[in-house]
Amino acid sequence: MVGKGSISIWFFIGTLLLIYGVVIFAANVIDVLSPSGGSTVVLQNLHFGVWWGLLLIIIGGFYFRHFRPWGRKDS
Amino acid sequence: MRALMPLLLWDTPGTVLSLGGVDLFIVVVYFAFVLGIGWYLVRFTKTGNDFFMAGREMTAWIAGLAFVAANLGSLELMGWAAASYQYGILAAHWYWIGAIPAMLFLGIIMMPFYYISRTHSVPGYLKLRYGEGASLLSAVSFGFMTVLMSGINMYSMAIVMKVVLGWDIHFSIWVSSITVMVYVVLGGLRSAIFNEVLQFMLIWLGALIIPIVGLIEAGGWAGMVARIQTNFPAGDYTHLWRTMGSFKDNPMGIHWTGIVFGLGMIISPAYWTTDFLVVQRVLSAKDLRSAKMAPIIGAGFKMLVPFIVILPGLLGLAVIPGLVGEQQAIATGGHSYNEVLPLMLARYAGPGLLGLGVTALIAGFMSGMAGNVSAFATVWTYDIYKPVHLRMAGEEGPDRHYVAIGRWTTVLGVVVSIGTAYLVQQFASIMDYVQALFSFFVAPMFGTVILGMLWKRTTRAGGFWGLAAGMTSSIGMWAWVKLDPAALKYVALSTYAKDMAENMYRAAWSFLVVVLVTVVVSLMTSPKAEADLKGLVRGCTELPSEGDMPWWKRPMTWAAAIFVVFVALNIIFW
Repeated sequence: MVGKGSISIWFFIGTLLLIYGVVIFAANVIDVLSPSGGSTVVLQNLHFGVWWGLLLIIIGGFYFRHFRPWGRKDS
Repeated sequence: MRALMPLLLWDTPGTVLSLGGVDLFIVVVYFAFVLGIGWYLVRFTKTGNDFFMAGREMTAWIAGLAFVAANLGSLELMGWAAASYQYGILAAHWYWIGAIPAMLFLGIIMMPFYYISRTHSVPGYLKLRYGEGASLLSAVSFGFMTVLMSGINMYSMAIVMKVVLGWDIHFSIWVSSITVMVYVVLGGLRSAIFNEVLQFMLIWLGALIIPIVGLIEAGGWAGMVARIQTNFPAGDYTHLWRTMGSFKDNPMGIHWTGIVFGLGMIISPAYWTTDFLVVQRVLSAKDLRSAKMAPIIGAGFKMLVPFIVILPGLLGLAVIPGLVGEQQAIATGGHSYNEVLPLMLARYAGPGLLGLGVTALIAGFMSGMAGNVSAFATVWTYDIYKPVHLRMAGEEGPDRHYVAIGRWTTVLGVVVSIGTAYLVQQFASIMDYVQALFSFFVAPMFGTVILGMLWKRTTRAGGFWGLAAGMTSSIGMWAWVKLDPAALKYVALSTYAKDMAENMYRAAWSFLVVVLVTVVVSLMTSPKAEADLKGLVRGCTELPSEGDMPWWKRPMTWAAAIFVVFVALNIIFW
């Protein structure tokens, strides 16, 4: 997109989503293991944050790996 | 846009959301990333083509996503979620009939001429087709309106951040606008587009939480409809067309003719095909096929936006009934329907997800603002400054001179936007006037561009006088209704018509004026030679054949598929 040897925008997106996924997953696992109490979030039994964190890790991980600037033949 | 205006009056005490450490971390990382992308891209932004046109090397996907993201501001998200709580699924008209046909029309019919003419902007196309008069008129009005709208959106966003998160208004205005300024100054349109794609992903991943968990809570679509009927037995909130037979039968006060002819055939094509803010993204495409595919890809995603904007409002009707209008909320200390999106976010989002949702709102604001300032910088530099510089200096300046001007214009655009934001803070009624001003020239512009593109007989004088007459008639109709509200029955065909309906009809009338004046003046004046219209007008331009392309790669195939889904959605939710 910006010439040979450049970093794809999808790599930046993958990296950001991967960071977000890890942080959200970890924060929600901690919340499940030791609930902070007083939360007004409904349907907490679904542990939605854990699943959403995992989804972000999967999407982010895919983009991160597929568009990484190192170890690829094309740019 | 009108649906967003109540947000300015928003003054509910207390905050809706409270961010924890994890949420703040997510917001801070977002700011670091967008600045990092700008810093990274500066090395690839050396020429005018790089800065203003992103090197014309974007793929169809990148250009298509940026095309939609530049329009998907946070006020759009919050304003239309609030509108759907107020009016029900009728608000989806602005995403379906009010966008999809126009986007497909841009891709299939208009894009070849924008692209083949190698214009850098919509006023640039008018210059090639009609000369400097029409081009300057459109460039000056576009530039002026763009920075004013940017300032209004900035202020509205700061108000949202104050109410939702308790953030200081000055902090929100300065931090967000300086961030946008830095990454656009560094990387130009390329940086704006790359960040828009990033922001698009964040908007979806941050906002999608609400409809998914909301539908689970409400018991699916059927459960949600049943709950809405129980909560509001008198209204019909879940049908698109059934209540449009009369101005009085629906809360928007709109008749189906206004939606179809005003919104679907004038306002929507006017915005999506001639507003340079969105068209600029498509002009950055790497080839003609990508330029045609970008609006079609954008249309596919635009069609899905009601899932994250309209559906949360409907789910709000089902699970949190009792939200009221702004004045009543202030009087009773309750929540207004303007808060429906953050309220739903607070209802479903736990640690981290709340930060992601707020980041989606900030991302939406920044993508809209970057769109405004990058479009402003291009139009100012190429369509206003360059002709003046040429006349004064007698020759064109070097490319690097215009890049420098583009960078300084970006700074100027942000500074004027900030100034406008503070001006609106002092005089809120300015927003009314600027919104109206914006509507004055969009529909006439569409008339001028489309006639110039499709009718070779249109002349230079016809284009200029048609555009001027269209703008003047629109201003005249607006002033007429302001001075004499009874005139509404002539302008909007009914005294029951509300603001949105008035806008629709005013746009339709001004479009007709443009067509009439342009045709009459053109027939009275000499046309350009056909050879001079090559690449600019249908019938004088040889369009590249797509016959050697496999059917599944042809833009027409995908446009037809999107159109079928669009029709199906309207039938399903009839």
